Amino acid sequence: MEFFHRHILDISAFTPEDISYILNTAENLKEILSRPIPKVPTLRGKLVAHLFFEPSTRTRLSFERAAKTLSADVFNLTARMSSVEKGETLLDTVLNLKAMGADLFVIRHPMAGAPHFIARATETRVINAGDGFHAHPTQALLDMLTVREKKGTLSGLKVAIIGDIRHSRVAHSNICGFRKMGSEVFVSGPATMLPPEREALGARVCYRLEEALKDADVVMALRVQKERHGRELFPSLREYAREFGLNAQKLALAREDCLLMHPGPINWGVELHPELENDPRSVILEQVTNGVAVRMALLVLLLGGGA
Amino acid sequence: MKILLKGGRIVDPSQGLDQAADLLLEDGKVVALAPDLAEEDARVLPCEGLIVCPGLIDLHVHFREPGEEWKETIATGSLAAVAGGFTAVACMPNTRPPNDNAEVTRYILKKAQEAGLCRVWPVACITKGQKGEQLTEFGELKEAGAVAVSDDGRPVPEAAVMRLALEYAKNFDLPVISHAEELSLSRGGHVNEGLASARLGLRGIPAQGEAIAIFREVMLAELTGSPVHIAHVSTRSGVEIIRRAKEAGLSVTAETAPHYFSLTEEATFGYHTNAKVNPPLRSEEDRRAIEEALRDGTIDAIATDHAPHSPLEKFCEFERAAFGLIGLETALPLALHLVERGIISLPRLVELLSCAPARILKLPGGSLREGSPADVTVFDPEARWVVTEEELHSKSKNSPFLGWEMRGRAVYTIVGGRVVFSRRELLS
Ligand SMILES: [Zn+2]
Repeated sequence: MEFFHRHILDISAFTPEDISYILNTAENLKEILSRPIPKVPTLRGKLVAHLFFEPSTRTRLSFERAAKTLSADVFNLTARMSSVEKGETLLDTVLNLKAMGADLFVIRHPMAGAPHFIARATETRVINAGDGFHAHPTQALLDMLTVREKKGTLSGLKVAIIGDIRHSRVAHSNICGFRKMGSEVFVSGPATMLPPEREALGARVCYRLEEALKDADVVMALRVQKERHGRELFPSLREYAREFGLNAQKLALAREDCLLMHPGPINWGVELHPELENDPRSVILEQVTNGVAVRMALLVLLLGGGA
Repeated sequence: MKILLKGGRIVDPSQGLDQAADLLLEDGKVVALAPDLAEEDARVLPCEGLIVCPGLIDLHVHFREPGEEWKETIATGSLAAVAGGFTAVACMPNTRPPNDNAEVTRYILKKAQEAGLCRVWPVACITKGQKGEQLTEFGELKEAGAVAVSDDGRPVPEAAVMRLALEYAKNFDLPVISHAEELSLSRGGHVNEGLASARLGLRGIPAQGEAIAIFREVMLAELTGSPVHIAHVSTRSGVEIIRRAKEAGLSVTAETAPHYFSLTEEATFGYHTNAKVNPPLRSEEDRRAIEEALRDGTIDAIATDHAPHSPLEKFCEFERAAFGLIGLETALPLALHLVERGIISLPRLVELLSCAPARILKLPGGSLREGSPADVTVFDPEARWVVTEEELHSKSKNSPFLGWEMRGRAVYTIVGGRVVFSRRELLS
């Protein structure tokens, strides 16, 4: 099989075969991370530019770890140090980096579609590291890798995603990815944050949390991001925790062998009760490791060099 | 100077005409309309196989002058208008500075006269600075040449202010044009709420926000007894409100734009900024409702909402991109496509693009009766052409129809008895 995509912008562009191929590649590369000296020369001489126009620690570090493990050189540009605030346009910024020899851009941007614009405008390879409310394809891929490792398959599962679905790029990409691979996705949360069914990208919208959790194989809690909205979409964090936060009692509705996931960073006491911190069902730290493996796979697939 | 248009098919709904005939223009007026006119000292324009109709009038354009001349000027906009077959346009006041005082109105008219192509009718602001607070000086603006008032680009947020405008407009017989949008629902939105907002991960602009705003205007028309004109209707729910208001006998007229019956929100997929417009491109259901409203008369007119933007405003992130698209040079073929598909008749098309706009803004034109101004559009309904940047005369090229094959195009555009645009001479 051949991987012919030039960019990783959105899960919707991939076939199930593409997704399996990426996950297989990631699985193969993951072994490198457990070596005593986790470094291979695969991407030596390649320059990867990380452009983070939104605060992010773990996604940026995960990409950096992936690139450095593959011996690529890395530029890190974050919103604060960038000249974007001085009025330089996004296009100017990336054209300058391209002129310095960047082979690939990893872009996190608060505006949906910004990575697509850069892909079109620069003809340089682009990985979307999260754009506005739109998509976060690498997060969905690492989530799928984690579930596939634990469950052996991605088809026929019931996946429940709980939280702000309407404004979550993680939810959008996961709904798209898990459905493509043959799972059913149920979403629930405050109704002010739920899309109407016809806009839910094929997920089932549940106004009763229990309906989403019942017999779920995977339960994913989303981070409550109050800063995303011009106005409060729920009355208080206290009420959110009470009604939509996950605890041991609510999780008991899911299958006994369910996986508890969270894209991080977690607001303990809001979307997850602290009693779940060391819960055996939690795979939250495996998600982090798999994030590096998936990003290594994407860099290798886009920049060549052979795995 | 006499001009004789020979051998065309005359379509003039203002006198119920659709027949082969010749048309004689003299001293800026229509002087005769009959079969086989002979006139020795007239310049003859051969019109065999062509449609001859009252000059097209665009109720709604943005010519960007003064203030944003890099996007369009009154001269380049006028050229785009006549190339598209329009003999007159009404230009919206959201320039920099906005047209909220007589000085700006006079400036626009002076620039239009220098361009010397189409008639340019300035629309003045409803409120000073388009802030939605204090009414502009309707009396002096009208005297300076304004033909209507509108805060287009933004709605008048407060119903009470809109009420005052509708009342005060009665003193001066000025039409009031409403950009109907409920801001508290649309704020922060970039595309239609529904498929597009879900697919693109952008905040949506719900269709019902337009309907709520239209309903308010209709109720204010009832309250004040003044007519109101609704600009760029884009939704099924908006159409339904207008239909019911008309049934109730209220004085409301409405326009839509070609993109609302030619495109849906799918044109934005892939973050195509040339399809970013306000109101946004809507669903297929909305698109069909607009067609039906054009057919049954709920919508009175087609206006382009020609809104030029340069790559500075369009070649960027979708959320940062400006709203608006150009339409003067594609409106006629897109409307003809409705005729081709049997949605409307050719006389209805002329009604929508000429007679009704003249009536709504109380402008001269919209008719080929003897004594009418010699504003005439002659077009070839069969001419095939492809929309490219090079083909467009507008200074900006932000058209979502680039690459489309079109059918139908203006051949002669005549304003005040002067041929201001001819595609025949361009070719020869
Ligand atoms: Zn408007």
